[in-house]
Amino acid sequence: MALIIDVISWILLLTGGVFGVIGAIGMLRFPDFYTRLHASGITDTLCAVLIVVGLMLQSGLSLLTLKLLLILLFLLFTTPTATHALARAAVLDNIEPVLAGNGEQGSENPAQTGEPSSKS
Amino acid sequence: MRYVISLSLLLVVLWLAISGVYKPLLFVLGGASVILVVWLSVRMDVVGVEHNPVLFSWRLVVYWGWLMGQLIKSNLHVSRLVFQTGKVKPRLLSVPVPHEAAVSKVTYGNSVTLTPGTVTLKLTDHVLEAHALDEESARELEAGHMARKICWLERQGEKEN
Repeated sequence: MALIIDVISWILLLTGGVFGVIGAIGMLRFPDFYTRLHASGITDTLCAVLIVVGLMLQSGLSLLTLKLLLILLFLLFTTPTATHALARAAVLDNIEPVLAGNGEQGSENPAQTGEPSSKS
Repeated sequence: MRYVISLSLLLVVLWLAISGVYKPLLFVLGGASVILVVWLSVRMDVVGVEHNPVLFSWRLVVYWGWLMGQLIKSNLHVSRLVFQTGKVKPRLLSVPVPHEAAVSKVTYGNSVTLTPGTVTLKLTDHVLEAHALDEESARELEAGHMARKICWLERQGEKEN
């Protein structure tokens, strides 16, 4: 039984780590500030959730589990606030988002040509 | 007064749970910090406003479960886009905010930001402006599943009060 829990826990920890790396790759590959926020969103949510749940399985039923649960709760409440604060600050600083050609915003959009540089 | 007592009790339980060391000195320090926090909250006039029991019901747990499912779905979607950056088609969109209570509006804004693929840029009384990573994320938000779920959360609270 302990072995099964250990294996599940390690699977969760490792997938969490993989998603953290994917988030980091996304940060580098996405074209502009706003799209990069989405990439960091992966690290903020699924990566954090998987790692904390994996750690909870390691700690078993104890005060430690409760603390980890609280960490997760606070993380899930505060990270969207921080992300929103960043996005809001960028909007107020008049950072123009790179937008796709379709839709009404597409007209005033020279930045689009520079977008898919990493396409190949 | 009812809220002051409930807040103090909540803080005491929280402190006992995460302290784990039960010595007289730490009890005194814990008690002092609880009193300090309650005093600050009273001064800030947030007691009973911010932790209004409107959203405290079993529906909140159901909502979190549902949100977790959405999280996993949108995470996988955005992860796929990381490796196919050609498919990234960002756009801005506005969706209506149908909720009454401020807590529900904030929950909506936060949930939108929390799911990768959409980020809340601006939240006003009736409109939420968001940045979406691609067409699919945008459509998901415009479909309004999340707004309806939060309406459902809100209704329960009114019935109970």
